[in-house]
Amino acid sequence: MESKTNGGARIGVYVCHCGSNIAAQVDVKAVAEYASALPGVVLSKDYKYMCSDPGQEMIKQDIKDHRLDRVVVASCSPLLHEHTFRTATSDGGLNPYLFHMVNIREHDSWVHEDRAAATEKAKDLVRAAVRRVALHTALETRRVPIHPDVLIVGGGIAGIHAALTVAKAGKKVYLVEKDATIGGHMARFDKTFPTLDCAACILTPKMSEVRAHPNITLWTLSDVVKVDGSVGNFQVTVRRRPRYVVEDLCVGCLECIKACVFKEAKFPDEFNLGLGKRKPVYMPFPQAVPQVVLIDPNTCIEFKTGKCKKTCAAACDRNAIDFKQAEQVETVTVGTIMLSTGFQVFDAVRDPRYRYKQIPEVYTALEIERMVTASGPTAGEIVMKDGRHPKRVAIIHCVGSRDERTNRYCSRVCCMYSLKLAHLIKEHSGAEVYNFYIDMRTPGKGYEEFYDRLLGEGVHFIRGRVAEVTDVAETPEEKGRIVVRAEDTLAGVVRRVPVDMVVLSVGLEPRADSAEVRRLFNISCATGGFFLERHPKLAPVNTATDGIFLAGCCQGPKDIPDTVAQAGAAAAEALMLVMKGHVEIEPNTAHVVESDCSGCKSCIGLCPYTAISFDEEKKKAVINEALCKGCGTCVAACPSGSIVQNLFTDGEIFEEIEGVLNG
Amino acid sequence: MRYSYYPGCSLKGTGRAYEESLLPVFRALKVELAEIPDWNCCGATAYMSSDESCAFALGARNLAIAEREKAGDVIAPCSACYLNLNKTQHYLAEYPDIGRKVQAGLRAIGMSYAGTLKVRHPLDVVINDVGLDAVKALVRKPLKGLKVAPYYGCQIVRPYATFDDAFNPTTMDRLLAVLGAEVVPYGLKTRCCGGSLTGTLEPVGVPMAHRLLLEARERGADMVTTVCPLCQFNLDGYQGTVGGGADEIAMPVTYFTQLMGIAFGLPAADVVLNRGIVPAEDVLARRQIAV
Repeated sequence: MESKTNGGARIGVYVCHCGSNIAAQVDVKAVAEYASALPGVVLSKDYKYMCSDPGQEMIKQDIKDHRLDRVVVASCSPLLHEHTFRTATSDGGLNPYLFHMVNIREHDSWVHEDRAAATEKAKDLVRAAVRRVALHTALETRRVPIHPDVLIVGGGIAGIHAALTVAKAGKKVYLVEKDATIGGHMARFDKTFPTLDCAACILTPKMSEVRAHPNITLWTLSDVVKVDGSVGNFQVTVRRRPRYVVEDLCVGCLECIKACVFKEAKFPDEFNLGLGKRKPVYMPFPQAVPQVVLIDPNTCIEFKTGKCKKTCAAACDRNAIDFKQAEQVETVTVGTIMLSTGFQVFDAVRDPRYRYKQIPEVYTALEIERMVTASGPTAGEIVMKDGRHPKRVAIIHCVGSRDERTNRYCSRVCCMYSLKLAHLIKEHSGAEVYNFYIDMRTPGKGYEEFYDRLLGEGVHFIRGRVAEVTDVAETPEEKGRIVVRAEDTLAGVVRRVPVDMVVLSVGLEPRADSAEVRRLFNISCATGGFFLERHPKLAPVNTATDGIFLAGCCQGPKDIPDTVAQAGAAAAEALMLVMKGHVEIEPNTAHVVESDCSGCKSCIGLCPYTAISFDEEKKKAVINEALCKGCGTCVAACPSGSIVQNLFTDGEIFEEIEGVLNG
Repeated sequence: MRYSYYPGCSLKGTGRAYEESLLPVFRALKVELAEIPDWNCCGATAYMSSDESCAFALGARNLAIAEREKAGDVIAPCSACYLNLNKTQHYLAEYPDIGRKVQAGLRAIGMSYAGTLKVRHPLDVVINDVGLDAVKALVRKPLKGLKVAPYYGCQIVRPYATFDDAFNPTTMDRLLAVLGAEVVPYGLKTRCCGGSLTGTLEPVGVPMAHRLLLEARERGADMVTTVCPLCQFNLDGYQGTVGGGADEIAMPVTYFTQLMGIAFGLPAADVVLNRGIVPAEDVLARRQIAV
């Protein structure tokens, strides 16, 4: 039964307009007026922006003037402003947990079209909150110290930049990289748009700095396999795969590579996407960090037969080669984690119209990127498989982007890298270059100017999505060439452009293992599979899991400037927590009412955080509140109802339900 | 393995070489085909464009009989039949209005169709149900040295790409390779053969067919192999008139089932090369493949 006085509470209710976000769809004045008559409510007001300074000031003043002992604010999602209003309540002299928030924006005004019904719903929600808040009790937040070390997963430019930022602030970083070298995709690029800076010249000094910095522990060929704990205190298990070369002994002299029983390099070289060759013992690329060779057990004769002469080991005067090297497992404690796991390029085989892997002279942009690089497999020469130099090259934009059959989103970087490649191909080979684009997207500092420059350089631009790449010639001119067919939507004609080489500007996708990574770190993803930020505008590098941050293309396609900016932001967020020294933990934890516990142990196995143990002496379950995350699983499961969760007591929940249902 | 068999009109007429080679090959593969009793027109292209509901009702009657006979999923070798029956299935399931009309039509003749069957192409069945290993085990006379352009036509992969890619199908390529043939790279494998335009608008239709043949010759093919009676007819039947008759292409056009029959060592009467207009025997003899 609803009491007339609501237990003698003195409740203040505030209904927010949120400009017109709420007021347009909910009659906020009517809601405030309705609330004023609810039991225990001593004042009820509506206000344009409750989150503004005057709004918060009003709450503080009213608590004092009207001796309020409970506060309800009906506004937006608690995710956005619960903290704001709890602080205002606290500043007014009340315990912050004597406040309750009602979401009449996301849950009401934004999702309903009928104003009258939306207003009724707002009244129901406010009534429920008023009944619930009367039962609230004062609670104290707990503080737990934060471990100062930071874990960064992924050693591309994002991970490198963030690691250096944190390390230079004097904090320790573990940088975990799955490959044998850091550098990521950027290490494969020749030049960077729009300035045409040499990618290696700007990246490799930072890579060396990572290796040299005393605050950075770099683990390559490593994967995170387990993450326990929570913000401030994560226990992370890292598996370090064997390199078969002792990192501390190898000086990168490369004598072992010269001595390898394979006189010629004959295996496809991963770094050059198979365009070049390497031996079973190799350095990923000349500026690799660490400057340590590795042995690929899949191609090394010793691993396949056990009968190799092992000339590589004999050639190493430091005895760095160790065929028996085993996997190592490291467990570290860190306070915060940053994910910069990057992307993979779209597999062009998935769009057979473009004949990748069917017509030999069809390449992906990343392959051409290696080809135009001076240190690449062709020493910067644009050369066809038969040794000829192409006279005409087509670049096809939006392969695996902006396409209902593959990825709907724009990959953001392809227009610009296509322009860059057009410039480089022209510069290196003198070929005519044809860009087939849908729209030119050049929104960035100096980007449109770069496009202008390319137009001036005589690169051809044809506006139209390519329908077909074919080796079927219709005219003598097309014979022996590859024909690109597209509707030129500016000229209104179908064009067939014969070329010698086709470059597919492939889009960016979440990595194939991204779902696994998400599960490991307990974060979510947006449509398409990129990791989800906490708020697209106001918390772009945070995740929904406290203490875990994002940077770079794992969050969505972006270019190098944006990636570096995000990495810096993520480092700052992590440092903010570290510098503060502690994290505040919500008091929404559960505890066992000992007298009611039958000692059945049902709850123990269910707890996802292993926060519950069993007191053998008393035969009762005990919850460690430092580990409890307030998920409520044990509360629901307890057969005797002996587990109580702060902020979610049975009484509070039932009052709220009654309040919603009984108008 | 047992299937309902829907031959359609072509396989009893101009495309009879398809049926005459398909049935022995499927017998050899131990696949039982039960011809749907009293089958009628599939709905065909022309009817589909003049009265859709009636066309769907025609197709549905065939499916209803097959369902009643409980002989299994329907094999439709003709690409047009395959497409029309699949389209009927799709529309009955996805568009309740059409479904209601068609079911009412079936009720009027005391029938109904619950939609339990799948419509399959024999190429799909050979690749996915029988499997290439089983095919390989039956190869007695590999088609060694025979250069074949695999021509799929449009209808078996578009719009319903159920068992192969819509732009670059490869099932027949793989089958031919298992038979020992050399598959030439053939970029026009799904380009239109001219369809019924060869009959209605000859100046438009015939050059389309010629384009396919010229490309096959350009690629060094000994013959073109098809999965569709209309494609076979268009490619085989108009070769004498290329460029006003001056350029004789002389490119044999066979069904994939005929090549399977040859490779399995089936008797000439089960391979029926004699049905073709452009003779295939010379090419086979040149490659020392006996039939």
